[in-house]
Amino acid sequence: MKHLIDILDLSVEEIDELIRVADDIIASPVKYREACKYKTLATLFFEPSTRTRLSFESAMLGLGGNVLGFSDSNSSSAKKGESVADTVAVVSGYADIIAMRHPKEGAPMVASMHSLIPIINAGDGGHFHPTQTLTDLLTIHHEKGRFEGLTVGLCGDLKFGRTVHSLIEAMSRYQGVKFVLISPEELKLPGFVKQTYIKEKGIEYVQSTSLEEVMPELDILYMTRVQRERFFNEEDYLRLKDSYILTPEKLKNAKEDMIVMHPLPRVNEIDTRVDGDPRACYFRQAYYGKFIRMALILKLLEVQV
Amino acid sequence: MRIDSIKNGIVIDHIPAGKAMTLYHMLGLSAFDCPVAVLQNVNSPKLGKKDIIKIDAAVELDMDLVSFVCPKATVCIIRDEKVIEKKEISLPQTLTDILVCKNPRCITTTEQGIHQIFRLHSPDSGEYRCIYCDTKAK
Repeated sequence: MKHLIDILDLSVEEIDELIRVADDIIASPVKYREACKYKTLATLFFEPSTRTRLSFESAMLGLGGNVLGFSDSNSSSAKKGESVADTVAVVSGYADIIAMRHPKEGAPMVASMHSLIPIINAGDGGHFHPTQTLTDLLTIHHEKGRFEGLTVGLCGDLKFGRTVHSLIEAMSRYQGVKFVLISPEELKLPGFVKQTYIKEKGIEYVQSTSLEEVMPELDILYMTRVQRERFFNEEDYLRLKDSYILTPEKLKNAKEDMIVMHPLPRVNEIDTRVDGDPRACYFRQAYYGKFIRMALILKLLEVQV
Repeated sequence: MRIDSIKNGIVIDHIPAGKAMTLYHMLGLSAFDCPVAVLQNVNSPKLGKKDIIKIDAAVELDMDLVSFVCPKATVCIIRDEKVIEKKEISLPQTLTDILVCKNPRCITTTEQGIHQIFRLHSPDSGEYRCIYCDTKAK
């Protein structure tokens, strides 16, 4: 039985296979519509997340399966003090696979230690969010046609932005990738992530506090939101939340075929006037998320179509 | 100053000067019902000054803990006043319930009955990280 806690739980070959299956689902959805008939996905969301939860539910329903679960800890026994281990041990008897989001880092790993069924980490605090990374990879595959040799700009909250950490982990495994890290001083990429996935692998990178300066170099601009829930101090959040806002004016110096990605939800870090630019692909990115999650569910449930 | 040699037991040698009491407390040696000698600031050609712990009984020690606190120490097993084994120690790959994760966002801060497990991240710098949240051990 396999779980997905960290994107590195999947080899490059396994990711390639997931992308191949996702492509096939996009091309022939009817072929898959009963692939998980009589199977149940439990969505255990101890922290609210409309998009990720709906994407998982839509994925399972698209495979003909069933869905049960809760959408925040107030409507679960966690409020009564039940441990993650106990919750998962119980739910293992009601479902075939679990997608879990939890505000505490490492909660899905604890779940995987006590579960009889596969666990998918749907986000654990500021730590990992591997299915967002799979979504990002499928988006890059569709929009750019390759992973190798791309210059990837990551902008905004690189300190707490778990999608950024996971994407760096995943992209660092491809040849010729270069990272451009754009953030205010206070939200720089943690040293551990930079050391392990960039420096130790000899990957080229640039750090900048100016989005405009580095814009012409980028093949991909990955924007992130400064998340209120990651700050202990409201003052720090208010001071940093508007650090980088992407506008059509800033995009003037960008390559014609650059793509703008964002894990969503956005607040104000991308001006809505950018939405009409063909380079803005964040809504297509959310669309791809459903299909890669369908491919992942099939893989973890070992369903062959 | 003279400390008699031990007949059956363990000698932890080449402890960096000043670390013996830390190791003594972490190993819980005060609870042992046998003679335990702690020698501090002993002259050493190799280290200049070193500490030594002698335990006069064939007890079981947590070698992971010894390795973590004093990775360059040597552990000698004594039987009938002779060294029968010299244990080479190195930093253990994992440490279980020795360190506590300081990250307030880590699941170990709320989950009951969970083991605190740290994995060796960098053998060169001796850096350990929590297996749950990847936070560096302090």
